[in-house]
Amino acid sequence: MYSDKVMEHFANPRNVGELESPSAVGEVGNAKCGDIMKIFLKIEDDVITDVSFKTFGCGAAVATSSMATELVKGKTLKEALNITNKAVTEALDGLPSEKLHCSVLAEQAIRAAITDYYKQKAIDPLPIVGCDLKCDGCAG
Amino acid sequence: MERLIYLDNAATTRVSSVALDAMLPFLKDRYGNPSSVYSVGRDAKKAIEDARSKVANALGAEPEEIYFTGSGTESNNWALKSAAELLKGKGKHIITSAIEHPAVQNTLKYLESLGYEITTLAVSQNGQISLTDLERSVRSDTIIISIMTANNEIGTILPAAEIGKIAKANGVLFHTDAVQAAGSIPIDVGEINADMLTISGHKLGGIKGVGALYIKKGIKLPPLIHGGGQERGERSGTENVAGIAALAAALEYKVSRLPLTDIAKKRDRLITELLKIPKSALTGDPINRLPGIASFVFEAIEGESMLLMLDHFGICASSGSACSSGSLDPSHVLLAIGLPHEIAHGSLRLSLSDEITDDDIDYVVEKLTDVVSKLRKMSPVWHE
Repeated sequence: MYSDKVMEHFANPRNVGELESPSAVGEVGNAKCGDIMKIFLKIEDDVITDVSFKTFGCGAAVATSSMATELVKGKTLKEALNITNKAVTEALDGLPSEKLHCSVLAEQAIRAAITDYYKQKAIDPLPIVGCDLKCDGCAG
Repeated sequence: MERLIYLDNAATTRVSSVALDAMLPFLKDRYGNPSSVYSVGRDAKKAIEDARSKVANALGAEPEEIYFTGSGTESNNWALKSAAELLKGKGKHIITSAIEHPAVQNTLKYLESLGYEITTLAVSQNGQISLTDLERSVRSDTIIISIMTANNEIGTILPAAEIGKIAKANGVLFHTDAVQAAGSIPIDVGEINADMLTISGHKLGGIKGVGALYIKKGIKLPPLIHGGGQERGERSGTENVAGIAALAAALEYKVSRLPLTDIAKKRDRLITELLKIPKSALTGDPINRLPGIASFVFEAIEGESMLLMLDHFGICASSGSACSSGSLDPSHVLLAIGLPHEIAHGSLRLSLSDEITDDDIDYVVEKLTDVVSKLRKMSPVWHE
């Protein structure tokens, strides 16, 4: 069963769509597994000034995408990297256990986008983002 | 109250008023144990025998060939496990299809773990088995063919009569899971040469927690449930008198209304209208199809999201996507008809009842078209 918060974010997802000329894009997941998240970031002076998402997936995937974009908006990249899947889940008042992977996907999508940003700046993302490449489809 | 359009009658149905009328006396006044000698007990016993006759009549069987159980799942378990036990001296080979309900599929998996050998026939894109494949699969040690009468997810009606003929010609028992078909299409156990046939109460206007198994006269199936010897020693446990009365009344009523021409017409209108959505497709057989089931896939969107959005508009439907089933894979039926995972995730089943009006169909078409378009706008894999 989904919490009211999940249902609310699913019914009225925040920040849906594609940003025009984003600074960075991250995409994780795959269609075979039934969920793909794509996060678009606008970054100025290491601060996420705007963010949006597109998601193919279940109710939890849409709600976690929506919540994750809300959580990173206005944050520095360093702060955004500290946002865990647990934080996303808690902000949604929890997720059914079989849906927890959706929150992991949201965290990974943000990491993938930030990785993309550093790569464009010719900065090695690995020490900063710390992507361990374990994540399926991670852009790291 | 908000508008509620229930299009999930393949999952369960409203208890029909005839069924409710038939069952209430056995909850209120005639609540006796059918095994008791006094009148409230005898009344209950008589109700069960009346119900048995009605069910037999609806299926072209004899009353003594009908046994009441606790569910369709139990009937399938009983038929398969006990027939396998009965015939293990002859052989241990069982033939089935790739689109069976889990109640058959997982029962056979269990038998496989006990040393039985299961041949699973592949199905075509329409969900049809090949009769040639079936004939070729029969061996000297084949004991059971278990193939459903019609599929619950995609509505395909399988050729039960031809399957029964092959079974009979080869001296193999034919079991068919008719849970989804019973009450929707005519079924005559003699015509299809069925040896065992499963039905369930709540799929046809009865209540949950009661099913029946037809067992052809002469087949002495060992009981699955042992105990006080109810159902002529074949299925113990105090009978669910009210549920049995409801099942029989509901089935009799549904069969009296066959063929379901009006429902089929509405189903066809749903199909015609919804296939106007770009990158949509019908799943299952377009012709040999249950009158009440319209099933689709919509590319680039996910089933559970569709269900949640439809729920917002008061529309109840179901999906075979992974997220709806709680597993990581989409439904085995959708994969068996050759759909790739990513397409199968976007499945939707609408199953009708006679309560659905033309106005409801218009409303559903309008809302579903909007839902698909809204989800596609949100989808990174959708490209106009």
